[in-house]
Amino acid sequence: MVQLTLPKNSKIRTGKTWPKPEGKNVRKFQIYRWNPDDGENPRVDTYFVDMDTCGPMVLDALIKIKNEIDPTLTFRRSCREGICGSCAMNIDGINTLACIYGLDEIKGDVRIYPLPHMEVIKDLIPDLTHFYAQHASIMPWLETKTNRPAKEWRQSIEDRKKLDGLYECVMCASCSTSCPSYWWNSDRYLGPAALLHAYRWIIDSRDEATGERLDQLEDPFKLYRCHTIMNCAKTCPKGLNPAKAIAEIKKMMVERVV
Amino acid sequence: MRYLTARKRAEFRGSAHHGTEHHWSMTVSAVGLALLVPAWLYVFGSALGGTREEVLATFARPFPAIVTALLLVVGMRHFAMGATTMIEDYARGTTRKMLIIGVVALSWAIAATGLYALVRIAL
Repeated sequence: MVQLTLPKNSKIRTGKTWPKPEGKNVRKFQIYRWNPDDGENPRVDTYFVDMDTCGPMVLDALIKIKNEIDPTLTFRRSCREGICGSCAMNIDGINTLACIYGLDEIKGDVRIYPLPHMEVIKDLIPDLTHFYAQHASIMPWLETKTNRPAKEWRQSIEDRKKLDGLYECVMCASCSTSCPSYWWNSDRYLGPAALLHAYRWIIDSRDEATGERLDQLEDPFKLYRCHTIMNCAKTCPKGLNPAKAIAEIKKMMVERVV
Repeated sequence: MRYLTARKRAEFRGSAHHGTEHHWSMTVSAVGLALLVPAWLYVFGSALGGTREEVLATFARPFPAIVTALLLVVGMRHFAMGATTMIEDYARGTTRKMLIIGVVALSWAIAATGLYALVRIAL
């Protein structure tokens, strides 16, 4: 059955409050911390950052905290421009990318947690192993049966346009981890990100495995656990709409039957 | 602790190759209910405040009786399928199976009771 309370060893406690620096433009950050090696419960540490010497994005503040205040703070980051999807985390209650989320968009204290409902490896780093395996299971590559053409698989401009709004997904997992259906049933439900990618290959005019792809998705849990809650579309930091992609897959499924 | 690969966990037991009929049935019954519920509310509203004999006479007429019967069957079918989905969302294992059996039995019991009452009134 669904668990409504956290297990004893997962209850979040108040953590350390780091010294407040001098300056008028100081902002308070409350950041989730958990270290698997110390055997302690998760905690929320409080940091103060002088915004006059900090960049405008949440990731800038995190890097400043790590460099200047607490080098043990652990998080993923790479491109710093919303392309790699590494720095996805829950900021001010929203799953988003720290590198493209402006601090000016947050009122009051800045609260930062890892992506919800995922196992935490350390601090702000969720374990995305299962999420990536689900992505791999939808065969995210071009499947063809016809002999490979001499030059390239051709695609009309109209068919190429169908991939817009799909190929931009950076697999940050913000959408899947904002989805209540994925929270409760991520063992069987593929989640919005994997399904958006599935649709990206289903709709690709060059792909010749459309039927097999639909066959693999036709399942009460893999696909139909989507209840059109739309959290995925609301939270996507790239402005994509996984819920629409899932609805399109469902439409294709119905068209095969009716 | 089971030493399963991430891919093995993600694939689970593969696809059940069904679910579309459930999805389509819910869509069809939702459209049906969107028509039936206002019609039944009109019937119910017109009978509201009447004496027992007047209410019985209303539901003995063909249109109110047929609308009520359809609402019972379609509504309870829709309820059973929707509740099953909710149970699948939140319950696991034997609890899930028992709750699904319970909710389906309940929906048929409500439909059967309503139809029985309707037949007694209408005939």
